[in-house]
Amino acid sequence: MHTTLRIRRFNPEHDRPSSYYQEYDLEIDPSDSVLDGLIKIRETIDDSLTLRCSCRGAICGSCGMRINGHATLACKTKMISMASEGETIQVEPMNNMPVIKDLVTDMAPFWAKIRQIQPWLQPQGLPPTAEYTASPESMSHLSGVMSCIMCGVCVSDCTVLEVDKTFVGPAALAKAYRFVADPRDAATSQRLNFLNQPGGMWDCTRCMECIQVCPKGVGPMDRIMALRAKGLAEKVPSTCGSRHAEVFTDIIKHKGILDEPMLAIRTFGLKNIGRLLAMIPMVLQSLLKGKVPPLGPLHRPIQGIQHIQRLFKQVRITR
Amino acid sequence: MMNSSFSYDVLVIGAGLAGMRAAIAAHNQGASVALLTKVHPVRSHSNAAQGGINAALTDRGDKWQDHAFETVKGSDYLSDQDAVEVLAQEAGQDIIALEHMGVIFNRNEEGHLGTRRFGGQKRARTFFVSDFTGQAMLHVLYEQTMQAKIPVYEEWFVTSLVKDDQGRCAGVVAFEIRTGTFALFRARSVIMATGGLGRVYEPSTNALICTGDGMAVAYRAGAPLMDMEMVQYHPTTLKGKGLLITEAARGEGAYLLNSKGERFMERYAPNMLELASRDVVSRAEQIEINEGRGIKGCVLLDCRHLGRAFLQDRLGQIYAEAKTFANIDLAEEPLPIRPGMHYQMGGIKTDTEGRCWDVQGQWTGVPGLFAAGETACVSLHGGNRLGANSLLDTVVFGRRAGTYAAEYANEISPPTIPESAMDADKHLVAGIVSRKGPGERAAALRLEMGTTMNRYVSVFREEEGMETALYHITTLKTRWPDLTIQDKGQVFNTGLIAALELGFMLDCAEAIIVGALTRQESRGAHFRTDFLDRDDEHWLKHVLLYHRPDGPPHVEYLPVRITQWQPQIRVY
Repeated sequence: MHTTLRIRRFNPEHDRPSSYYQEYDLEIDPSDSVLDGLIKIRETIDDSLTLRCSCRGAICGSCGMRINGHATLACKTKMISMASEGETIQVEPMNNMPVIKDLVTDMAPFWAKIRQIQPWLQPQGLPPTAEYTASPESMSHLSGVMSCIMCGVCVSDCTVLEVDKTFVGPAALAKAYRFVADPRDAATSQRLNFLNQPGGMWDCTRCMECIQVCPKGVGPMDRIMALRAKGLAEKVPSTCGSRHAEVFTDIIKHKGILDEPMLAIRTFGLKNIGRLLAMIPMVLQSLLKGKVPPLGPLHRPIQGIQHIQRLFKQVRITR
Repeated sequence: MMNSSFSYDVLVIGAGLAGMRAAIAAHNQGASVALLTKVHPVRSHSNAAQGGINAALTDRGDKWQDHAFETVKGSDYLSDQDAVEVLAQEAGQDIIALEHMGVIFNRNEEGHLGTRRFGGQKRARTFFVSDFTGQAMLHVLYEQTMQAKIPVYEEWFVTSLVKDDQGRCAGVVAFEIRTGTFALFRARSVIMATGGLGRVYEPSTNALICTGDGMAVAYRAGAPLMDMEMVQYHPTTLKGKGLLITEAARGEGAYLLNSKGERFMERYAPNMLELASRDVVSRAEQIEINEGRGIKGCVLLDCRHLGRAFLQDRLGQIYAEAKTFANIDLAEEPLPIRPGMHYQMGGIKTDTEGRCWDVQGQWTGVPGLFAAGETACVSLHGGNRLGANSLLDTVVFGRRAGTYAAEYANEISPPTIPESAMDADKHLVAGIVSRKGPGERAAALRLEMGTTMNRYVSVFREEEGMETALYHITTLKTRWPDLTIQDKGQVFNTGLIAALELGFMLDCAEAIIVGALTRQESRGAHFRTDFLDRDDEHWLKHVLLYHRPDGPPHVEYLPVRITQWQPQIRVY
């Protein structure tokens, strides 16, 4: 079968470097991955096409790139799953990190964020003479997070990082969860307090993109939510982030529907006039776009609120 | 372009498990240490080790002697038994140390470390993290490297080893891949931990980065390579690109079937069946295929009776891999597999402390150079490595090399080498980049080398085929200086890297063939159809190869060190 790879290229050594797209027509086998296609180009057409790749088996994490708009591992993505006969597959470097050349990005900012969370086990005191005892469930639970290969795919497609470079990001947060959930680690409270700060676990907007694109099923956003739950359980100092979560829950519990003005007022606090005033432009814009529910009798509890409250009780009990 | 130079007590080349374990050990000794690696540490090929790591823990009633004996038997009595004793005795402490660092080993119901069975061993002594044990260990060692703040020169490519005027290893010449800038790294001791050479073969289970760089660089500098003829074919690899399916599948109970649905291992290894040592199983498969009882060049790995839930929990990675890369649901269908090149038992000759020179003077090498992991040959694995002994090799001998390299560095004065030590390599690289085309491509030459090796120097070998292979490789070596690359830039020139790696691999390929032609017997993975039997009288010895710039390597021999296990007939 036949396909075209449309590759975003960038050569920093050009006189006036700028990125451009180059197309390569390929005869492919149904079993070929996008990586096979790229290697074929590099080995038989144009050896200046630059990418990182190594294991070919989705374990080394080298070949993260965007294919048809979403980040993924090129070795794990079959070309036939991306395009029908004669169609074009678009290949671009990962987002949210500088491009060095063609599909190679600078991962230094990625690793700087990983290092921020002190990614090593911090047990208390000296280790025992034999291994630490730990339940089989605790270790197999962690193996889901440990299967993260640090490919950067989640960071590439993180919608928060796109607008806020200070966000520590899904990969670092998933890694942080790996330590918080480890019964051998004794730095839980410091870790959660660190993540409670701006740029930490409360800055995720739950867009789910990281869960969708993660090639290893790590589910970074789920880990971020688990960190938040642990943070609340550990009673980390209240922040806008944690209050938002608590007030949100509280409003739903009592009204069965989200009362957004109340959410803002209670999250920021009535005395936080500056922050509340700062919201006015957004409120006005939302009004214009028809995004604000009719004011009037502001959200009395909905009909059948008792069912919702029963749900809350059940969730509490099963936890 | 600016020149720069760096100076350390201990410089570790390669940042896989052996390299990082060595760096941490040297750091703990108080040495100034740096890691230099052509890929980011967590991209290293140690990742790919799936099944686990062996150790005989005495508190579970296991004995290190049993582990050692099975390793020696697995090696077909070619391993040096003093080295195997070190490995088996120190395994326990290293497993516990890894656990303390944070590796999330599988637990049993009591919360202690759990084990599974692996090939060539009668007892379950393989500790594991699902089926991504290597990755789980590699990431933890990188965590430790970050905590210790050990500097890592990421994406730097070593072109040669530098010796001072007394012949001592004094550092390396390398360039930064991102900028093309050369630098001289001065070091009192250098540890090679660059992994294997799988890409010498096509196909291979090995990652694209496994190009024997460290072996070739050390070999060219005068360190001998040993047991190079011992190339392991893994019994379960996928057709096509040759991806690995872990031995843990058979360890957990999967069967091997031929086209008639027979568990053919009953004929070849009536006691151990699918869990005989890898050379035995690979040969059996190849015989089935050659005699017409295969299916399109493969036999079948049957996991169906293990059940979906068990497969997902204990063998999750290969469950996904079979689906993604072979479009097979392991719970529903048997998986076509075949023997594929997997591991180099041989490598840079070292003693049990990682030294690449002999303090007793029985063989010559390069003082100040150390090696560990797949790139080294202690010799632990001899003619055939047992599954789950390679991870163990990396941590035990990585730690030892790091410790002794730091000790050595403490005793000697800093090396003096001039900046001009870089000139030859700069010249070579500039020559490759600027050479006008169109000439042959490195990729085309590599494919020729790989298919040649896989055809003539594989599971079954004989003189004529190997002579043909040697002729091909020698010709390729003469074509190498004329190859051309299209990328004329300095930044991330992967065409240049492919060309340099090919140069290294051709030296390794030649060494493998010369070793294999020299050894006129069948032992372990080295099975010659023209010398069918093991010949302890003449060949209970290692083949050492010394590089010669013009012509084939110079061959020497070293006796196998036997401590307590006299060679016996090997049956499984």
